[in-house]
Amino acid sequence: MLTIATGNKAVAAAVKAVKPGVIAAYPITPQTEIVEQIADYVTEGDLASRYIPVESEHSAMAACIGASAGGVRTFTATSSHGLLYMHEMVHWAAGARLPIVMANVNRALGPGWNTWAEHTDAFSQRDTGWLQVFVGTVQEAYDATLMAFKIAENERVLLPVMVNLDGFALSHIMQSLETVEIGDFLPPYRLPHAIDTENPCVYGPMTGPADYFRFRWDIERSMRDARGVIADVEREFAERFGRSNGPTEDYRCEDADVVVVAMGTLGKEAEVAVDRLRGEGVKAGSMRLRWFRPFPDLDLAGREVVVIDRDYSFGFGGVVAHSIRSKTGIEPYSVIAGLGGQEVTYDDIADFVRNRHPGEETWFGVSDHV
Amino acid sequence: MYEIRIHSRGGQGGVTAAKLLALAAFRDGKYATACPFYGAERRGAPVVSFVRIDDQPIKIYSQIHEPDLVIVLDASIMDVVDVLQGLKDGGTVLLNSAHPIAGCNGICRHVDLTGIALAQNLVVAGSPILNTPVLGALAKMGIVTLPSAEQAIREMFADERNVKAAEAAYEELKV
Repeated sequence: MLTIATGNKAVAAAVKAVKPGVIAAYPITPQTEIVEQIADYVTEGDLASRYIPVESEHSAMAACIGASAGGVRTFTATSSHGLLYMHEMVHWAAGARLPIVMANVNRALGPGWNTWAEHTDAFSQRDTGWLQVFVGTVQEAYDATLMAFKIAENERVLLPVMVNLDGFALSHIMQSLETVEIGDFLPPYRLPHAIDTENPCVYGPMTGPADYFRFRWDIERSMRDARGVIADVEREFAERFGRSNGPTEDYRCEDADVVVVAMGTLGKEAEVAVDRLRGEGVKAGSMRLRWFRPFPDLDLAGREVVVIDRDYSFGFGGVVAHSIRSKTGIEPYSVIAGLGGQEVTYDDIADFVRNRHPGEETWFGVSDHV
Repeated sequence: MYEIRIHSRGGQGGVTAAKLLALAAFRDGKYATACPFYGAERRGAPVVSFVRIDDQPIKIYSQIHEPDLVIVLDASIMDVVDVLQGLKDGGTVLLNSAHPIAGCNGICRHVDLTGIALAQNLVVAGSPILNTPVLGALAKMGIVTLPSAEQAIREMFADERNVKAAEAAYEELKV
């Protein structure tokens, strides 16, 4: 059905289609609309999930861990400080190989208190073993949430997936949305190591160095396999529903001399900047990085690269710029922009390209090239 | 692309007006986005919302700095906010006012949305509902069609007085 919805409502609609057995969540701006809408679905009888209104995000993830280990499909949503509050359990979910799906509405971290978009919250969970995808449209928020369950539950993966969408910029914008009848796209949930009272096992016991090390390697092996699984799921989604996204969304990159790499809504807005630059005779392209973990292979050879980071690793640099540098060997022009919801327009992005200084870093509107 | 900036006060329904307008444009078969700017404002503080309408998918998420149309749901805001800022040459202003506003000649249209809402007894928590009648005014201006405006209102509100108010605004606005 074709309709119009916010990013938050799109995520909720996808969760309704997936029918998780358990949803445990705690509200936080700008994610609240997701769990409110899901709570409405449950209350109105449109979704037969067990909805657990917990007292904190740490408990939300703990409840998801328990339910998922019990063999039940689970979902939660959070943002910013909520994500950080559940941090310990975020690690646990991945280590316990539980295919939990979580929407994270990207929001800056205080102080100063700020509810607007930034990617630092998600990147602070970078090394937990969760897959992370960043979406750029309301439609993608819906599609990625559906696909996240299928990817997470694949036996070659069995890792949790975080679907990231920009706070307010995407969570609260209304755009067109086509919902689908998912049919048997998602098979019944089956966890190979689910708790089974007929076959008692020990979960989470003391583990010596040798076995622990093997468990860690197994997570990484699954991360590597996840690249292929993501591609397979995208392909099946395209066959069934006529839409798909790659690990990156490449726009006018084929003959580009300079490519803008960005994530989320800034990555979509960059496409408008590319059209402007093309009109001026600048051979620009845009590569919107969608999957952050596992990090995709990028084809940027021979191009100049302008990276926009809506995040920062203090004492080092932009997280995406660093990733591009280490993955491709290219020294990008690193632009730090949009922190805490800073206004960044397509004109600004075009200016980043026009005034680029490869190998340097700039904080948009605050400091010159350093 | 047609870009609209809506000025209102927190609680007056400017955000919902943006959503209704985007929904109506969508029902007209256009692409539309509505993106309210959420600040730290509270009830009564000036707020802005943005609507973009186009025949192509819209990839812009930033605010509207050069609108084609400015809608002012509360004329008292004009004392504290420069609502004309960035208005395109040939752009239009739609004011909720029973009377023309001095110093806003040529580009300004006005309609008494507050009076229309009160006539329909469309009042919530002591405030007249402005976001449904304004759709009628926008239909008169050709931004959306009247059937789509009415459909959008019915999709979001069960109370048929909202549609009546939109129809009244459609009749009253002089174009």
